[in-house]
Amino acid sequence: MQDKRHTLVSLVQDEPGVLTRVAGLFRRRGFNIESLSVGHCEQPGLSRMTVVVIGDDAEVEQVTKQLDKLINVVSVTDITREDKVVRELALIKVSASATTRSEIMQIVDVFRANIVDVAPDSLTVEVTGDEDKIDSLIKMLRDFGMQELARTGRTALTRGVFSQTK
Amino acid sequence: MKKTGAQILCESLLQEGVDVIFGISGGTVIPLYDAFSQYPQIRRVLVRHEQAAAHAAAGYARVRHKAGVCVGTSGPGATNLVTGITDAYLDSTPLVVITGQVARSFIGKDAFQETDITGITLPVTKHSYLVRDVANLATIFKEAFHIAQTGRPGPVLVDIPKDVQQEETEFTYPDTVNLPGYNPATEADPAHVANVAELLNRAERPVVIAGRGVILSRAYEELKELVETMQAPVVHTMLGLGSLPPQHYLNLGMLGMHGAVYANRAVQDADLILAIGTRFGDRTTMKASEFAPKAIVVHIDIDPSEIGKNVVPYASLVGEAKTVLGQLNPLLRKSDRTAWLAQVESWRSSNPLEEPTPGTKLSARRVIRRLYETIDEKSIVVTGVGQHQMFAAQEYASPRLNGFLSSGGLGTMGFELPAALGAQIACPDEVVWVVAGDGGFQMTMQELSTIVQEGLPVKIAIINNGYLGMVRQWQDLFCNRNYVDVAIHTPDFVKLADAYGIPAVRVENECDVPTAFDRANAHPGPFLLEFAVEPEENVFPIVAPGQNLDCMIEAPQPAVTGRS
Ligand SMILES: Cc1ncc(C[n+]2csc(CCOP(=O)(O)OP(=O)(O)O)c2C)c(N)n1
Ligand SMILES: [Mg+2]
Repeated sequence: MQDKRHTLVSLVQDEPGVLTRVAGLFRRRGFNIESLSVGHCEQPGLSRMTVVVIGDDAEVEQVTKQLDKLINVVSVTDITREDKVVRELALIKVSASATTRSEIMQIVDVFRANIVDVAPDSLTVEVTGDEDKIDSLIKMLRDFGMQELARTGRTALTRGVFSQTK
Repeated sequence: MKKTGAQILCESLLQEGVDVIFGISGGTVIPLYDAFSQYPQIRRVLVRHEQAAAHAAAGYARVRHKAGVCVGTSGPGATNLVTGITDAYLDSTPLVVITGQVARSFIGKDAFQETDITGITLPVTKHSYLVRDVANLATIFKEAFHIAQTGRPGPVLVDIPKDVQQEETEFTYPDTVNLPGYNPATEADPAHVANVAELLNRAERPVVIAGRGVILSRAYEELKELVETMQAPVVHTMLGLGSLPPQHYLNLGMLGMHGAVYANRAVQDADLILAIGTRFGDRTTMKASEFAPKAIVVHIDIDPSEIGKNVVPYASLVGEAKTVLGQLNPLLRKSDRTAWLAQVESWRSSNPLEEPTPGTKLSARRVIRRLYETIDEKSIVVTGVGQHQMFAAQEYASPRLNGFLSSGGLGTMGFELPAALGAQIACPDEVVWVVAGDGGFQMTMQELSTIVQEGLPVKIAIINNGYLGMVRQWQDLFCNRNYVDVAIHTPDFVKLADAYGIPAVRVENECDVPTAFDRANAHPGPFLLEFAVEPEENVFPIVAPGQNLDCMIEAPQPAVTGRS
C-alpha cells in the first residue's frame, strides 16, 4: 500500500494569527494532519513550516492549493517525492534504576542519542532522526517504563541546490 | 500634519474612491463616526441591522464592481455582520468590513462588547486584520482593498481597537502593496491556451457553463464572441445569470437542481464542457460523479484551488475570465455545429418551462414572468431565497448584463431588501426590483425604514404564498407532504408599508397584475406590491438531492395517497 503521508514545506509570514489560519483551514476542510512544526527560517520575517498530511495525491493537492490561498502563506511545496533531509527530535524521560541504568545508556549509545538529564530514578534522552529511528528507540525504552515523551513532529529540507522557495 | 486613526481611515477610503458606507454606530466606533462628519464626500447609510449593512455593501459591490464598505461596532454589531460577510465570501463579492474593537488594553479581558471577530470570521473572510498600531493603518487599508478587489474577490475584515482610532500619526497612503504570498493570476499559460483551443475546436457537442466569474471580470463581450464562434449553447449557474442576455439564441438559461430540462440535457449529452468562473457547486452539478458523463471538462477559473475540487477537469486554465477568453478567442475556428444546435433546439421546444394553468389563485411563476415583461430593460432584479428565487432565475428575462442579484452560495433569506438598497445607491438612475418571499422578507423588512430615510425608489414584489414555500415543496415531494413549521403568518404587508410611508397594493387577481406593475413602475418613489399567490405551487423541474442532473421531476406528480 502506498504511504499516504505527504511532507509539505511552506514559508509563512511571521504575523500574529498565521498558525490559527493554517490550523483553522485544516479543521474546516477536514484535512488530516499528522504533525506540524514551525520555526524561524533564513529569511527575516518568514517562518518555515513542515506539515505532514495524510491523503491521496488529489487530497494533498487540495491542501496545498488551499494553504497557498492564505494571504500570509508565501509558498507551499510538496516535497514528498523529492530528495530531502527529514528529521524529528524527541525527548524521552525513562525510568532508570541502578540495575537498568547502564543497559539504557548502551541503547542510547547505539542510537547515537544523548542523555540530557539525570535524576535518581530517571534519565532523559534526546534523540534526533527520522521517524523510524525515533519509533524504534521508543520501542526499546518503553519496557523500562516511559514516564514522559515529547516529539516535535517532522521538519524537512530538500537536499542540495536551493530550489524550494519560489 | 498628524491625523487620528479615525481620520486616516476616512482618508484611506477617499484614496480608494469609496463614496458610501453602510453601518450602525456604537461604543467602539464613536471616534470613527466623529471623524466621518468631517468627510461629507462619503455618504453614510444608517441601516437598521448590521446584517443589512453587509448585504447592502454587497449589493453595491455587485453593481459597481468594486468593494462595498460596511461598519459595525464591536460585539453585537460585529456578530450581526457575520451572515452578510459569509454571504459575500461564498459569492466572491468584494467587501471591506470595518469593525470597532475594545481598546488594546482591554483585549482578552472579556470587556464590555468584546468579541474576537477576527477569530469568528476566520473561515469566512478572504483575509482579516486586527490593527495593533495606528502606524500600520494606512498600509492595512491599502492591502485590504487590494485583496478584496483582485483575484477572486471576497470580504476582508479590518478590526480597529477604539484607542487606535484615537491615536495620531502622519498619514501617507502607500502606492503599492507588499504581499509576497498573494499573486493572483490574470493571464493563463499561452501553451495551455493553445491546447485548450484545439480541444474546443475539435468538440462536436460543446456546452459552455458561464458562472459568476464571467460577471466579476466583465467578460460579457468575450463570452459572446466565444460562444458565437464555437456555436456552443450556453447554460448558466444561478450566479452566472446576466452574463449573456437571455434573448441570445445560444442561451439556454440556468442548469442545475432547478435548471431547465433542455439545459440539463445538453450538459449531460455534451462531449465537451467549458466551465468558466464556476466552482461546480453541488446545486449546479447535482451528483458530481455522474455530471456530464460523456464530456471532457475544461475548467477556467481564477482560483487555482477550484480546479479539481469538485469536478476533476481534463484540462484547465487559471486566470481571469476576461483575459483568458481574450487569449482563447483568436485561436478558435468558426465551427458548424448545426446538428448539435438542432438537437438542443428540439429539446427546448419539446420541454419548455412550465406554463401553469390559470387557477382561481395567482401563479407565482406567472406573476414573475409578468414582472420581466413590464420592467424597464435596464432594471436590476434582486431576489430572496426560496421558490420565488427559483422562478425568478428560471424566468430570468432581463437583457441587462449583471441584472440578477441573488444569494447563491449561502442562500441567505433576507438578502433581498438590503442588497437592493445597496444596488439602488450604486445605480440611482435605474430601477431596482426586489422579488421577495413572504418568509424571507420578514427577516430584513426593517430596512424599509432605511429605504425611506435614504429616499431610495426601490420597488418590491412580495410573492406571498403563506408558506416557507421551498421547504414546503421539499416536504411535499420528499416527506410525504408532512408539513412541519412551514405555514407562516404574515403581517398585512400593505399596512406595514403604509406604516413606513410606502405606497402599496395587494393583488389577488390575474387581471390586476399588469396594472399593478405599471403603477409601481410609474411611481417615482418606493412601491410595494403584495401578490397573494397559490399556496402550493411547486417549482419544476427539480432534481431530487443526490440524483443525476438529468433525473428531473418535470411536472407535478399525481397526488400520492397514504405514506409509504
Ligand atoms: C436565513 C435562512 N434560514 C433558513 C433557510 C432555509 N430556507 C430556504 S428557502 C426557505 C423558505 C423561504 O420562504 P419564503 O421566503 O416565503 O420564499 P418561498 O419559498 O415561499 O418563495 C427556507 C426556510 C435559508 N435559506 N436562509
Ligand atoms: Mg413564501
